[in-house]
Amino acid sequence: MRHSSIVRVGVALAASSLVLAACGGGGEETGGAPGGGASEAAATVKIGVLGDLTGENSGIVIPLRNAAQLAFEEYNATNPTTKIEMVEYDSQGVPEQATALAQQAINTDKIVGLVGPAFSGESRQVGPILEEAKIPSVSASATNPGLAQNGWKFWHRIVGNDLSQGGAVAEYMTRALGTKNAFVIHDNQEYSKGVADVVAKTLKENGVTVQTDVIDPQGSDYASTVNKVKAAAPDAIFYGGYYAQAGRLLKQLRDGGEKAQFLSGDGSLDKGLAKGAGGNNADGAIVSCPCLIDPTGKAGPASKKLADAYKAKFNTGTAIYSGEGYDAATAFIEAIKAGKTDTESINEYFKTIDVPGVTKQIKFAENGEPAASDVYVYLFKGDSYSLLGDAKEATKPA
Amino acid sequence: MLEGFLNQFWPATVDGLSLGAIYALVALGYTMVYGVLRLINFAHSEVFMVGTVAALFTLTTIGVPDQLGGVALIGMLLLLAVVAIVASGVTAVGLEYIAYRPLRKRGGSRLAALISAIGASLFLQQLFALIVIPQLFQLPQQGGRLPVQAPPWVRRSDVVTLGDFAVRNDKLLVLVAAVLMMVALDQFVNRTNLGRGIRATAQSPENAVLMGVNIDRIITATFAIGGAMAGVAGALYLMRFEETNYFVGFLLGIKAFTAAVLGGIGNLRGALVGGLVLGLIEMYGSAFFGSEWQHVVAFVVLVLVLMFRPTGILGESLQQARA
Repeated sequence: MRHSSIVRVGVALAASSLVLAACGGGGEETGGAPGGGASEAAATVKIGVLGDLTGENSGIVIPLRNAAQLAFEEYNATNPTTKIEMVEYDSQGVPEQATALAQQAINTDKIVGLVGPAFSGESRQVGPILEEAKIPSVSASATNPGLAQNGWKFWHRIVGNDLSQGGAVAEYMTRALGTKNAFVIHDNQEYSKGVADVVAKTLKENGVTVQTDVIDPQGSDYASTVNKVKAAAPDAIFYGGYYAQAGRLLKQLRDGGEKAQFLSGDGSLDKGLAKGAGGNNADGAIVSCPCLIDPTGKAGPASKKLADAYKAKFNTGTAIYSGEGYDAATAFIEAIKAGKTDTESINEYFKTIDVPGVTKQIKFAENGEPAASDVYVYLFKGDSYSLLGDAKEATKPA
Repeated sequence: MLEGFLNQFWPATVDGLSLGAIYALVALGYTMVYGVLRLINFAHSEVFMVGTVAALFTLTTIGVPDQLGGVALIGMLLLLAVVAIVASGVTAVGLEYIAYRPLRKRGGSRLAALISAIGASLFLQQLFALIVIPQLFQLPQQGGRLPVQAPPWVRRSDVVTLGDFAVRNDKLLVLVAAVLMMVALDQFVNRTNLGRGIRATAQSPENAVLMGVNIDRIITATFAIGGAMAGVAGALYLMRFEETNYFVGFLLGIKAFTAAVLGGIGNLRGALVGGLVLGLIEMYGSAFFGSEWQHVVAFVVLVLVLMFRPTGILGESLQQARA
């Protein structure tokens, strides 16, 4: 493991120096503009997007990056007095890499706000840096409950946390699925353990027998976990973690002859789950998410409008956190529309923001949490998934 | 805890042997190169990775219409193994020519070769992540860091069932194939001229030269054989898990190296013993304490064994193996 972190830091350094070099060139250009013709060119502010854009779990982050890009482009197309330039930072989900990129975003690129960091682990590392530099951030996907308890003044998120999600999916398991005997697995990462622990705790409170096990996200052989599950003979399995491992685990469970209902959290809400599980192993898997993916407009016309625009631009449907990514970008757009173009005034504005977004009302509680959030459940079938409904109301799929 | 362990004893044994067999095959590459050169070839984990990628590419190129079982499965596995042997063998020999031989010719220290090995390992990982995997599998958008899945091509079924003791065909095949390869290699090293040359070089390179052994040829052969074994392991891995990625060799390589040390590094039979023992320890440890303790248990046992037998379980090294 020690070797691993050295390798990763090495890669992080190499990658960040590359990005540094690349952005150094871009920086000069914008640096030159005010001297040349500041009066004619509209002012431009930079908003960063930080997350895993090419790594193993990038499938969760790319949709929100795309949606944010869409929101900024739509805004820029209205010829505002202050335009927004989006700058991407690919952390590959590695916290060490994310901190280096955050420093670069603050010191070199001078961003005024950040959409992200995408994952909880990197948020924990990057949070203090943003706090010190007074950069407001809105994450569309970091769901660890602990993030809101750091007293950070510049941190926000537009997605419900794992406490609400874990509780909701556990209630769904007992209410709709009639689970009596459950097996809860996670991969010991910050997000994964968080959501799995809440699920296990809530299930126990509802009188469900719960057994647990932990897998190694870097490992490929989950045979010991499969043996434990088979010995426990549960009627439902919940996995807290990301889709790459969820697919691998589900495949090995099904290959091993284990047929219990498989459930997972938002980290697994990606087509990669079906791909990793192989064949039709993922059919019937249920995945919860505090996010709303609703291309048909079941929950409201705004999500259909976003889905259509997204489809037109990226030639693919909206996916996990695209709605939340759009809303996070909208929060910054509203701030800049209101004439707040420096970091502190944007952050002040966030205290009072109250506008309708695609997934929910864009409004933050004092600790940076969204004022309201619902948890939805999705059903896998073939190589894709569809909305079952709000976890509070959804029934067992036929 | 104990009850859980007893429930899982038989499945854990089967899984431990099947996991250990792959460790053992990869461990051979570490142990042979160490025996001959006293070099820990850290890039060997990538030699294994190349084997899995080559096997997967062959599989997707041929295309499997349906899941295979029985003779068809064995036939396909043989074909994949041959391709993987070539790919991994060439990679291993290439490493020797590019990363180690120039250093040796200039009298570089073993430490320099070790650093070169780590560099080669990183280079191959990133080369595959950035170029080779996206190109081979036409994944320009998702890139090469995501796992690449094979079409489901193995029909898994239990071949032996006795009460709660069941052995699945793919797990049995992994174990049998690995043991066969080991026996063949053992015979090869003990009975052929090339094998004698390898043993002579391991014992004393200077004297081997005086006796007319072409050391460079022996070293090339050693890398090729180690690579070939990693290739077989790669094909078996692909049958067992039906996916691979650029980083697949990392953890497995560490475990295989551990297995080599556990069995007695430099000792071929030690690699087999070390691999199987390590696989069993991991699975028993997971069954008893929980899967998160898998690595902890494995390394505690390693430390304990080395405290009492510093040269590993079998101790005796390649040079002293009797003909």
